[in-house]
Amino acid sequence: MTTTATDTPRTHGVNISSLNREFDQTRLEDEQVALQVENLNLFYGKAQALHGVNMVIPRNRVTAFIGPSGCGKSTLLRCFNRMNDLVDGCRIDGKIRLGAQDIYEKRVNVAQLRSRVGMVFQKPNPFPKTIYENVAYGLRIQGVRDKRRLDEAVEKALRSAALWDEAKDRLHDNALGLSGGQQQRLVIARAIAIGPEVLLLDEPASALDPISTLKIEELIYELKENYTLIIVTHNMQQAARVSDYTAFMYLGKLIEFADTNTLFTNPDMKQTEDYITGRYG
Amino acid sequence: MKKPEIGHHISQRYNEELEDVRNKVLYMGGLVEQQLADAVQALTTMDSALAEVVITNDYKVNRLEVEIDDECIHILARRQPAAGDLRLLMAIIKTITDLERIGDEAERVGRMALRFIEGESTKDTKPLLGIGYFGDHVRRNLHDALDAFARMDVQAATQIAKEDLKIDQEYEGILRQLMTYMMEDPRSIPRVIGVMWSARALERIGDRARNICEYVIYLVGGKDVRHTSLEQVEEDVRGSNRSEKDK
Repeated sequence: MTTTATDTPRTHGVNISSLNREFDQTRLEDEQVALQVENLNLFYGKAQALHGVNMVIPRNRVTAFIGPSGCGKSTLLRCFNRMNDLVDGCRIDGKIRLGAQDIYEKRVNVAQLRSRVGMVFQKPNPFPKTIYENVAYGLRIQGVRDKRRLDEAVEKALRSAALWDEAKDRLHDNALGLSGGQQQRLVIARAIAIGPEVLLLDEPASALDPISTLKIEELIYELKENYTLIIVTHNMQQAARVSDYTAFMYLGKLIEFADTNTLFTNPDMKQTEDYITGRYG
Repeated sequence: MKKPEIGHHISQRYNEELEDVRNKVLYMGGLVEQQLADAVQALTTMDSALAEVVITNDYKVNRLEVEIDDECIHILARRQPAAGDLRLLMAIIKTITDLERIGDEAERVGRMALRFIEGESTKDTKPLLGIGYFGDHVRRNLHDALDAFARMDVQAATQIAKEDLKIDQEYEGILRQLMTYMMEDPRSIPRVIGVMWSARALERIGDRARNICEYVIYLVGGKDVRHTSLEQVEEDVRGSNRSEKDK
């Protein structure tokens, strides 16, 4: 089967609910949907990078995007908090709804959107400030001055990011003195301190050693209780370990989107099978 | 229905490893089939030398099971197989367990043959009448099941699983026949019971061949059909063929 730009991708019947035994409705209820992508096309100048993507990201779940380099998974991820706005010549049509709101509407305040949809990158990028100030930064910008409130928020965020025990005695040391894995957890703490709904993780563990990677993965598992997580990863085993749903992308198209168990044991599409089993198509 | 293919990995070594372990399974299958054929022949022709060969050769089957399990574990640990590859390894691990048990049943038939031959009135071979044909039927079914495994042929696997019903019916027939002998001549009871155990072993081999067919269906279609009725299995296989055509 060849997928054309307008094809609905195979989501095993689009009804994500049927994949997840917790839900027995035929479709996800509105409150179970974090993000909804409708017929999204994205162009960098004349080159089309995303072709007619349709998908529903379930709330409080981990969704992984996998696919070969250049397949558009990071591009799609960056659409969710309009990071692509910063790219010259980038043009988007289609809709992405966060809750009831289309995030590409003109009157959307992008800064506010990014406080609802946080992002963590491949390389940890803490500010050259203290650990405390890194986490408190977003709140200070939002105008929080009260020291007690800041203290509480910093502790809560660091605890959620599983960094509190390691950092509590050195809160006022420079964050750049932390190890790579600790820095990455600090960046996650910084992202969740401002209370986002969705966390976008772009290869969050690919610059880390295996133990730090496992800590990040464990953290992802814990965070999904309160946040919706979307992770882009080159590491298929990582996608299999941490995600509830997995989307396979190829050449800018969403080829298959299914619950992770199904996708990794019995994918529907041959392209998916070839990719996850390490075959050339 | 899409057939999992073994080759075409980017890693040529991975292709070789999977091909190698699959070939070993087929070799083990051939060995077990030979053991079964020999055991049945030893019993029906009262060939005690052949029965001894069957009994001593069982270690080869056991050794292969250990070897193949070992290779599968290594592939799982080093390659983290997914999708069709993962199902193939799962099917192999389950298949060789059944093959090893079939080997045990063949050995059992060999032992029964020895006991039958060493019995008192060896001239009376009447109780063995039905066993030859029955054993051959079971052996053919096992052969076909292994063939379906080698070719990853779901249609054939479904047919063979169905054939097991006939084997069960034949087993019933043989039991009834043997009971008649026992009633006619109570002195024959110890010997006839030996034959009965052999028939029972053969019937169990039929069940295990059916298991192998079920693994083939799982391997190819990703659908676990254990503990479902044959009608359901057939319907599933037809259904997945249809949806394959729709694509």
